[in-house]
Amino acid sequence: MLDLNQIRADFPILSETVYGKPLVYFDNAATTQKPRCVVQKIEEGYYKRNANIHRGVHFLSQEATEAHEASREEVRAFINAKCANEIVFTRGTTEAINLVASSFGELLQAGDEIILTQMEHHSNIVPWQLLRARRGVVLKVIPFNKKGELKLDELENLISSKTKLIACTHVANSLGTINPIKEIIRQAHAHSIPVLVDGAQSVPHIKVDVLDLDADFFVFSGHKIYAPTGIGVLYGKEEWLEKIPPYQGGGEMIDKVTFDQTTFAALPFKFEAGTPDFIGSTALAEALRYVNAIGIETIAAYEHDLLVYATEQLSRFDNIRFIGEANHKSGLISFLIGTIHPYDLGTVLDKLGIAVRTGHHCAQPVMQAFGVEGTVRASFAFYNTKEEIDIFIAAVERAKKMFKQ
Amino acid sequence: MTINEKQDEIISEFEFLDDWLDKYQQIIDKGMASKGVEPKDKVPENLIEGCQSKVWVVAELIDGKVNYRAESNTDIAGGIAAMLVDVLSGHTPQEILDAELYFVERIGLKEHLSPTRANGMLAMMKQIKLFALAFSSKA
Ligand SMILES: Cc1ncc(COP(=O)(O)O)c(C=O)c1O
Repeated sequence: MLDLNQIRADFPILSETVYGKPLVYFDNAATTQKPRCVVQKIEEGYYKRNANIHRGVHFLSQEATEAHEASREEVRAFINAKCANEIVFTRGTTEAINLVASSFGELLQAGDEIILTQMEHHSNIVPWQLLRARRGVVLKVIPFNKKGELKLDELENLISSKTKLIACTHVANSLGTINPIKEIIRQAHAHSIPVLVDGAQSVPHIKVDVLDLDADFFVFSGHKIYAPTGIGVLYGKEEWLEKIPPYQGGGEMIDKVTFDQTTFAALPFKFEAGTPDFIGSTALAEALRYVNAIGIETIAAYEHDLLVYATEQLSRFDNIRFIGEANHKSGLISFLIGTIHPYDLGTVLDKLGIAVRTGHHCAQPVMQAFGVEGTVRASFAFYNTKEEIDIFIAAVERAKKMFKQ
Repeated sequence: MTINEKQDEIISEFEFLDDWLDKYQQIIDKGMASKGVEPKDKVPENLIEGCQSKVWVVAELIDGKVNYRAESNTDIAGGIAAMLVDVLSGHTPQEILDAELYFVERIGLKEHLSPTRANGMLAMMKQIKLFALAFSSKA
């Protein structure tokens, strides 16, 4: 069981008020709040260990380097990668996907095919479109059904001898759907096709084991798992990271530089040009330790309870429309009430102290598929409570009356 | 009524509403009532797009006075647009160009004037004045 009083005390922002009302923060899919220990880690980093890493002989530089590399090991253990040199620090999910699109893309030729899904976040669509413009690759899309579940029986038809990669989200940020990613990877590997998994919405909420999934690339953002913005992770199987060329050039990523030729550093430094966010990495590791202390399985079970409870409560509204009703869902709900525009509903909820997201959630193809402009999305974290859901439901009720629905 | 008299009227209408939700109810009601733009006029030239809401504004010059109509796909942006349009309609282009719109801030909607706000209120005000400018250069 979670000690919610203790947990909520760890997140100072949760006791803030907005417009004189207690804050109810249901926008966790966009970014999560930070526990005190993570912020303290940042402060401690700047006050006690701040020196550029990897190049210094002096004491502080070595301390900072060790902390940074220990964080890499913490990330490795968290997602159960084989070795720490398969963990590349990036600015976030978006940068990690762009890295793969760019570097893996170097291996591709015109006519090669990449399979995406209809429920991707724009950051797992646009980098591939840029690659299409540069290289002439072809993009194919796995569609989803009315409930927002991938139609995996179509995958076999989409795969061809030219398919070079499948890039698929683990959990869809606009629908909450948890995709059967292990099965997708198994099917892809049967055709020797590697898979990139967008784990932005899965790592914070469900157990992820990249070895068990057998993912070739797996990416996520620190800020969605209680760590700061500006730090994220690309996991890549060693063989793939060895095979693909560097992304950016600069310091840190080289072995020897002459004007004729440069040889590159070993993994993972080959992909970490420039001074990395060595303070952010330690804060990310601290966030992962915080999550571990509670236990990701405990978190997943509790957030599932919140999802079930909120779904039940919302179902009482006669004119509710859920966008995303997959059998396997993570803790977020996209919905509409009658003809109330999401922006209108979000604005009234905001005035009642409730932070939800409204709009297309960077997944316009999903909105197009459902024929809506946008939705209201409530997304939960383990520090949320059923009492907060009750406040939220009362607020929706109130808004419903205001818009005469 | 002058533009300022109309603004003052709105301000006193809102003064009695101390609860935020009552203020919003007032705006929503105005938004629901304002559906004055005909489908044929809902063209890109008349569209002011906030990041989440759409507002269409049309203007015509009748006997030297500008008449505006506005409609939105959202009730809140629509309500704000309706107030703007009510305040400025029936005045000459020059009066509109000279007008200082203070009512939005005074009724407590200042946050909607932020350029990052999703409803594009600043763009709406600019567009409304641009119509007046176009009419004044014709006159
Ligand atoms: C599924 C998914 N992919 C990618 C991203 C992009 O993450 P970031 O903006 O942290 O790079 C998000 C975040 O909104 C997401 O939900």
